Amino acid sequence: MTSELQRERLAYKRSRSRRSTLVALLSTAVFAVAVGVTIARAPGWPRVRQSFFNVEIAWRSLPAILEGLWLNLRVLVVCGALILVLALGVATLRTLRSPVWFPLRALATVYVDLFRGLPLIILLYLVGFGLPALRLTGVPNDFVVLGGVALVLAYTAYVAEVFRAGIESIHPSQVAAARSLGLGPRQTMRLVVLPQAVRRVMPALLNDFVALQKDCGLISVLGAVDAVRAAQIEQARSFNFTPYVVAGLLFVLLAVPTARFADALGRRVERRQGGR
Amino acid sequence: MTEPVLSVRGVVKRYGGNTVLDGVSLDVREHEVVTVIGSSGSGKSTLLRCVNLLEELDDGQVLLDGVDVSDPRVNADLARRGMGIVFQAFNLFPHMSVLDNVTLAPRVVHAVPRGEAERNALDLLERVGLADRAGSYPEQLSGGQQQRVAIARALAYSPRLLLLDEITSALDPELVGEVLALVRELAEAGRTILMATHEMGFARQVADRVVFLDGGRLVESGPPDQVLGEPVHPRTRQFLRRIIDAGRL
Ligand SMILES: Nc1ncnc2c1ncn2[C@@H]1O[C@H](COP(=O)(O)OP(=O)(O)OP(=O)(O)O)[C@@H](O)[C@H]1O
Ligand SMILES: [Mg+2]
Repeated sequence: MTSELQRERLAYKRSRSRRSTLVALLSTAVFAVAVGVTIARAPGWPRVRQSFFNVEIAWRSLPAILEGLWLNLRVLVVCGALILVLALGVATLRTLRSPVWFPLRALATVYVDLFRGLPLIILLYLVGFGLPALRLTGVPNDFVVLGGVALVLAYTAYVAEVFRAGIESIHPSQVAAARSLGLGPRQTMRLVVLPQAVRRVMPALLNDFVALQKDCGLISVLGAVDAVRAAQIEQARSFNFTPYVVAGLLFVLLAVPTARFADALGRRVERRQGGR
Repeated sequence: MTEPVLSVRGVVKRYGGNTVLDGVSLDVREHEVVTVIGSSGSGKSTLLRCVNLLEELDDGQVLLDGVDVSDPRVNADLARRGMGIVFQAFNLFPHMSVLDNVTLAPRVVHAVPRGEAERNALDLLERVGLADRAGSYPEQLSGGQQQRVAIARALAYSPRLLLLDEITSALDPELVGEVLALVRELAEAGRTILMATHEMGFARQVADRVVFLDGGRLVESGPPDQVLGEPVHPRTRQFLRRIIDAGRL
């Protein structure tokens, strides 16, 4: 049973929050109108609208760009999965202390240093154009595959470092507790350290995922017909930049769910760990 | 005379130039409850960690049932299965529920089927008064509750030797009594226990033997009434006087 006092307080809080919503709506409307009017009255606006926001051209170029985006999405999913697995492997190698693993550990370190520092565009050229030029048997000559390989090589190095930071942020007492229960080093890593580390670096991982979403568009430099390439073709045909804007907006739309997902994940962890 | 369950012989442990344990020797026999007392920083936790092989010794030996487990050729993971340890600070796994914390070692180390491990765990949680919190996560529990889960976790695979590191230091008086009863019950059930504590009343009631650690050495050892009642070593007297002045005996 709530007291009269509490009921009165709740009513007050509700009226306050209604008022806040109203104020926010009003101020947003005023702001939007002011910005809209300013832009529409700017002298260059008709030309900007013509070459960046041409609805007709946007509509005409959309199918080709969407088809390209479908390729980007497939590359994203396959590369994303490969990167996660490989990066976890590299990170684990880098945290092994036993001398047997020294060569692998050293290799992992060299790999990370090298591919984290190398500009992605150079890597794309080397893998995409350089490898096929060697005419070795077994080297694929599909630009999509080669572009994907370059992306995986570069991003695995980044993501491995994110995982390693996570692993090293787990307090040694957690390892001590696991070892004292009789768990071996591998069981300790798999059951105690990694689950906590992955949870801790989730925001950083999602951030890298958004970056990967965008960088999937770079396979277009090899000639793969993805969303960026499709937009380029449409732009050349119409001498109008609207196709680029369309492709750009689609990439932005793609990034929004990831951001919302990150928020939801954060809330879920909060609810489960801090809630009652 | 049978072999002691635990035999610590001349153990030395240094951190950098700081000698924390300076030749500590100590036996714990079957069914015996031995408490280690000493001021903060005297090396009680370090001693227990050395026994649990979580620290590498700088000299000396740790023998479990007559086997030198501090020998680098011995598999420390196997040796640790005979010991359960509860730490001073709670070391529950934050990403696992209470039930999973307790069943982890039986399931993955001792290959107990999940159903059986969970039944045992619920029995243990019942004994520490937390059966209704089996699905909670450590962060949702009070410090005292977490510590009781940690005790249940250490008991879950029936270790031969139980190491308790100031398990009551974070509990309120009501819970201290409860945990005390739990430890006494364990002792009566034939457990062998080595525990560090600041609670002199606790040591007096539960221990068969009290050892006093000072400056990395065991300076006094004997039945609780003797060590706590009529200490012979001046350092022990000084330490106990401080405790009495603080109203903790
Ligand atoms: N990992 C470490 N590195 C360096 N010094 C350490 C380490 N662990 C412990 N020490 C030092 O060893 C000494 C003994 O520590 P220990 O934790 O064993 O004391 P304690 O008797 O358990 O104290 P308390 O009653 O406060 O728990 C302290 O001086 C501490 O600073
Ligand atoms: Mg301590």
